[in-house]
Amino acid sequence: MLEKSYKVVDEAGLHARPASLLVQTAGKFTDTIDIVYKGKRLTLKSIMAVMSLGIPQHGEFTIEVTGDHEEEAHAAMKKILVDHSII
Amino acid sequence: MNIKGIAASDGISIAKVYKLESIALHVTNDLVTDANSELEKLKSAMEVSSQELGKIREITLVNLDEEHAMIFDAHIQIVNDPEIADQVKDMIERENHNAAYAFQTVTETFATIFESMDNDYMRERAADVRDVARRVISHILNVPISDPTLIDQEVIVVADDLTPSDTAQLNKKFVKGFITNVGGRTSHSAIMARSLEIPAIVGTKNVLDIVKNDDVMILDGLAGIAIVNPTDAEITLYQEKHEKFLAKKALFQKFKNEKSITLDHHIVELAANIGSPDDMAKVLDNGAEGIGLYRTEFLYMNNDNFPTEDEQYIAYKMVLEDMPKHKVVIRTLDIGGDKELKYLEMDHEMNPFLGHRALRLCLTNVPLFKTQLRALLRASVHGNLHIMFPMVATLDELRDAKAILKECEKELTAEKKAFSTTYKVGIMVEIPAVAILADQFAKEVDFFSIGTNDLIQYSFAADRMNQKVSYLYQPYNPSLLRLIKMVIEASHDAGIWTGMCGEMAGDQIAAPILLGLGLDEFSMSASSILQTRELFSKISYNDMKELANKAISLGTNQEVIDLVQQTLKGE
Repeated sequence: MLEKSYKVVDEAGLHARPASLLVQTAGKFTDTIDIVYKGKRLTLKSIMAVMSLGIPQHGEFTIEVTGDHEEEAHAAMKKILVDHSII
Repeated sequence: MNIKGIAASDGISIAKVYKLESIALHVTNDLVTDANSELEKLKSAMEVSSQELGKIREITLVNLDEEHAMIFDAHIQIVNDPEIADQVKDMIERENHNAAYAFQTVTETFATIFESMDNDYMRERAADVRDVARRVISHILNVPISDPTLIDQEVIVVADDLTPSDTAQLNKKFVKGFITNVGGRTSHSAIMARSLEIPAIVGTKNVLDIVKNDDVMILDGLAGIAIVNPTDAEITLYQEKHEKFLAKKALFQKFKNEKSITLDHHIVELAANIGSPDDMAKVLDNGAEGIGLYRTEFLYMNNDNFPTEDEQYIAYKMVLEDMPKHKVVIRTLDIGGDKELKYLEMDHEMNPFLGHRALRLCLTNVPLFKTQLRALLRASVHGNLHIMFPMVATLDELRDAKAILKECEKELTAEKKAFSTTYKVGIMVEIPAVAILADQFAKEVDFFSIGTNDLIQYSFAADRMNQKVSYLYQPYNPSLLRLIKMVIEASHDAGIWTGMCGEMAGDQIAAPILLGLGLDEFSMSASSILQTRELFSKISYNDMKELANKAISLGTNQEVIDLVQQTLKGE
């Protein structure tokens, strides 16, 4: 398992557009991909789950990948977060 | 049956009614024994919903843009969300709930979470979840919900109101117009209809209750009237009206922002006649190249007493500011004759048209005249002002009027009130005596504008209010054309221009002759401008010069009409 933590800088928090892209991308990996925020762990393959966390600006969250493509999956997620100025 | 509302977007459509209603979905809490059948229903409802949303995405991409289309990517993700699916399946398999109830419960839980978040953006996403839930549940229950994007035949959409996203999803190929219960000309649905260029009527109060799906409807967005299940005759009538509208619109698009230019590149100005600043919207809409006649008497006639200098200043300023690039000809008070003021006592005259009217009245009522001239001078700083005196008969009258104007200038200078020094002064040419002496007048004015109605009635000595002599109203009579020719030539010799205000300028038979006679400016009602511009684009100035020469050598009014019609047919 490989985990990486991030802090949200975007005013709107982790909003629907990047959240939707994270979920789309997570769905392409066979690995188990979870997001952890304030002690809650949910699958990153569900838009509802990600959005229900409601991660605001300054919120700190962790992405955990378990499987055969841990590095690759993390790189893809990070790219989305950076491209959308979330982190 | 006719339904009246507010005309919100121009055009005419005839199509079947499509009612866009929010149908209530009845979800019960009945328990089920056959979980597999419920799971099947859920699966197929999710598939159908995904497909529909995919279609909506495509249509939105065509109608709007990628940004709006992406909203539906998120909707598709919600439909196929594993978290929702797992929880719903759980409720069906373990608790024997029916699929609709389970789906509603799970999605509502998420919607409530979003709604409770301390973030406007996330709160709005609750509406997305509910929107998607409604679609899936409608398929589970097998109750079709209205969906404007899925329309696949020509329809007129009937609704209580249309939200921005409703209108954004309307497929322009099939949606031929819409009509709603609520709204006004500036409501969102009205604005959207105009940008989609489909006819619309809003604010009918009850159209949704009156019509049924598949009723045939004529939607007249020009008049704000809808006809439900029209007769064949009505359909024919409106098809013709539609053709005319399309022709006019095509003309509009082609000529609105063009110059008024002939085949051989002779340029003239097509200006508009107005009665008040309220007319300016229509004037600008029709591509006018200036105001050729602002009839200020309406300012006086629509009042219970003389309009003050400030009231007049404001009205003139508004018109000048609306025409920053073009000239604005404002005619001083023209009352008497057939126009009276209820607060100004005028002598009863035997021949009011030959009496104490217009400039004659102003010259004997100097305070009244000065109020208007001062207002005009003050407004002159706001645009390209041309002051025009009506009913001048002699040079003395013109000189008197100009002297009073100079006095007003002096007064304003003394009061330190600003006015432009570049405004122009001209006269209406509507009395034959002036037309004949035009070369002398041309030395003392900046422009002429021919007033045809009066010039005709004075030339033929025929009261235009008297039906029995109405046959003497002969705008094409060669004698009148010769008078016009004298005026135009005298002005050109003196280096000034001649316009014409009066309907003759926009008359499709007179205009080609006037063009050939060298008229510089044609001022008419705004609605005639574009068709005149189109007419001029198809003829040549040289040919029209020849036509005009032939016309003035003919003998009668009818001979001139025949000549023009024959010539234009050959063009």
